[in-house]
Amino acid sequence: MPASAPIAIERVVKIYKTIPAVDGISFTLAPGSITGLLGGNGAGKTTTIAMIMGLTTPTSGRVTVLGAEMPRQRYRVLHRMNFESPYVEVPMRLTVRQNLTVFGKLYGVEDLRGRIAQLGEQLDLTELLDRPTGRLSAGQKTRVSLAKSLINSPDVLLLDEPTASLDPDTADWVRAHLERYCRDRHSTVLLASHNMTEVERLCDRVIIMKRGHIEDDDTPAKLLARYGRRTLEEVFLDVARGSGELREAAQ
Amino acid sequence: MNTHGQTALTFSPRRVSAMMLRYWYLLRSSWPRLLDLVYWPTVQMVTWGFLQYYIATNAGFFARAGGTFIGAVLLWDILFRGQLGFSISFLEEMWSRNIGNLMMSPLRPLEFIMALMVMSVVRLSIGAVPVTFLAIAFFGFNLYGLGLALVAFFCNLMLTSWAIGIFVSGLILRNGMGAENFAWSIMFVFMPLTCVYYPVTTLPVWLQPVAWMLPPTYVFEGMRALLIHKVFRPDLMVDALALNALFLAFGVLAFLKLLQSARRHGTLMQTGE
Repeated sequence: MPASAPIAIERVVKIYKTIPAVDGISFTLAPGSITGLLGGNGAGKTTTIAMIMGLTTPTSGRVTVLGAEMPRQRYRVLHRMNFESPYVEVPMRLTVRQNLTVFGKLYGVEDLRGRIAQLGEQLDLTELLDRPTGRLSAGQKTRVSLAKSLINSPDVLLLDEPTASLDPDTADWVRAHLERYCRDRHSTVLLASHNMTEVERLCDRVIIMKRGHIEDDDTPAKLLARYGRRTLEEVFLDVARGSGELREAAQ
Repeated sequence: MNTHGQTALTFSPRRVSAMMLRYWYLLRSSWPRLLDLVYWPTVQMVTWGFLQYYIATNAGFFARAGGTFIGAVLLWDILFRGQLGFSISFLEEMWSRNIGNLMMSPLRPLEFIMALMVMSVVRLSIGAVPVTFLAIAFFGFNLYGLGLALVAFFCNLMLTSWAIGIFVSGLILRNGMGAENFAWSIMFVFMPLTCVYYPVTTLPVWLQPVAWMLPPTYVFEGMRALLIHKVFRPDLMVDALALNALFLAFGVLAFLKLLQSARRHGTLMQTGE
């Protein structure tokens, strides 16, 4: 396992009471890579992301982020990470600027005003900065959450359905922004999504989970070739329905 | 952009002030929240004030013990509103589903607790200070006339309210919003036991040791000693302070343990019922 891996998961198990949510998974992410984490509901994606963020303790195994063991050493690296998830929201009564100010201070961002102005410009939020977050449309709120997740220019960014509730045009625009951000900052991104087009476009690697296990792990092109499919959605369905194994056996 | 090299032991006033700023923005943006801070303390004070006025004109002992009820109401409010101020600021994070953002940020649990403590004082000040002036205007009871004793009473009551607020917040973190009701009701368990409106000797003998295990009991006894017998009892305040140190240590430890348990059980991202 390379010591410089921004995210390294080693034989991680997470059991809730008696139910294994994640069952012995291992993977490492390369610096500057964008990796898609796919899987149906209950596959273990959110638990995996929660363990990477230090919000959930693994039952066994080891999770390290930027060299720090999670969650024990999380405060060494939390200021270099950030995330966006539909499970959490930024406070709705605060204006966009107030929210970004609070989070910027929590993350110790220098020249916070400048950073907020920059994010406002990049995410097309400038006109919305002084509006209460709760009065924005779903798409605008998603952009605010994205701005919050980028406020500290994180080295590791965890995204859970980042373009859910966005119209196709805005979603495409957000994807382009994420691509640019990762290229410019050389940040490592782990992206959980049900949107296969998004994963195909953004990710240079795809990890497919099912019932707490990693079912497959490769580049999108190799996955398509291996399953003999034209889209990742078809691959996903093959894995979800268990027909991937049948296909491989047949081949 | 980042501040690197931070450890788990770092305590950052900047992060504490960021959280205070967050609660200040919230209070400023919502007049019902501000009104709610003043509403109940006023209703309580007026109700008990008139009751005291009625009793004082009909009973010699209570006539001598002028202000005992209003004093008790105002001090009880410090205890109750102090805990509620702490818990409501915490609950705001749960209601707004922001707790995951905070737990994933560099904010340390002790910094979070510190911000909640300061905000409970801010909220209490907004709610209680106007009411103390109303007590002067309506009933001629000047809480500030208690002088330095008031400082001792206030500090002890706030310490207890924080200890309980911290413990309840831990319960909610661990158990989700199903435990929210503790935030509203837990203090009422203390009301009969801490002898807010009557001396400890009123309780059955077997219950009196339980009362003396609670720091607010010493404060309310101290208040009655001051208002009825005109004697300030520093011994009671020292005892209360010692007990409060234990309560606060227990509250913080319980919070950290419950937070650890929440991480184990994965409840930090599932903040519903």
